[in-house]
Amino acid sequence: MAGTAVRGRLTWQIATVGEVIDETPTVRTIELDVPGWAGHRAGQHLDVRLTAEDGYVAERSYSIASAPGEPVAITVQRIADGEVSPYLTGELRPGDELELRGPVGGYFVWDAGGAERPLVLAAGGSGIVPLRSILRDRQRSGSGVPARLLYSARSLPEVIYHDELDGYRDVAVTYTLTRRQPPGWTGHAGRITADLLAEVAWPVGQDPVAFVCGPTSFVEHAADGLVGLGYPPHRVKTERFGGTGGR
Amino acid sequence: MPDLDARAFDGPALDGTALDGNAIAGLLHEVFGTEMTSAIGTCASCGATGPLAECVVYLRAPGTVVRCRRCAGLLIVIARVRAMNCVDLRGLAALAAP
Repeated sequence: MAGTAVRGRLTWQIATVGEVIDETPTVRTIELDVPGWAGHRAGQHLDVRLTAEDGYVAERSYSIASAPGEPVAITVQRIADGEVSPYLTGELRPGDELELRGPVGGYFVWDAGGAERPLVLAAGGSGIVPLRSILRDRQRSGSGVPARLLYSARSLPEVIYHDELDGYRDVAVTYTLTRRQPPGWTGHAGRITADLLAEVAWPVGQDPVAFVCGPTSFVEHAADGLVGLGYPPHRVKTERFGGTGGR
Repeated sequence: MPDLDARAFDGPALDGTALDGNAIAGLLHEVFGTEMTSAIGTCASCGATGPLAECVVYLRAPGTVVRCRRCAGLLIVIARVRAMNCVDLRGLAALAAP
């Protein structure tokens, strides 16, 4: 049962850092070897806890970047004056230990088994991370559910998982670049608009479900736009990570 | 509004902007002993219902504050005092576990 993995007591445990992959100059994926990991669902989180020598504790929640069945991984964007992300993206090395708990969450999740509704995925900045887990799960499970991705990023070099996303033959990926566009860019520029959403989103008549993740303002804008297209609010799942990071 | 010029935080940005219930999945699980972001809450102020994941969450308040997305009414406050979580659910008229 998919639900059983999240039942029961949530305990902090020690994971070992495996491979680290630089996705962009400020974004790193960290693979984690977690003893006894019960498995996760696409879209779930894990919490990371760092304890300083003086006992000060900082906790952060990160979306799991890997698909169910793959080694656990998180993708972290460095926030220059943050407390946790500079350590995770700059100092953590393979073989280091990291304290975490999870998986957590059960709302912003997608299960390949039995999924039939066409997927609309909308990401702002590092909001792509849980959607990447969904896309990988869809691919690995052989799900035939149609999927489209709308990804808003500041600039092309800040697009996370760019090669991987472009490698999906059966997923239409639409980028919009909000701050800078490379010379000759023929894609979309600027923030998402109602017109762009209407172009990318499946028609309501196909009974789609949408997952929207990103900075709070991006999510409000995209979710309102989808509801404006007639999407029932409960078919628009949202996850906001605040701030403006990554947009 | 919480102050916005305090030192920047990261992860789900804890910079004073509103997050949602997904960001406190771990804390809710710790408090309730099970997954709660998909639990359906009923606002005691306006009667709106919806999953906790869709509620407005502030992490920078003194403690964690969960507000109604429709009326901004206070739903849940969780304050960690030493090693104990103090949980105030008075703003919820009902809470149906998933």
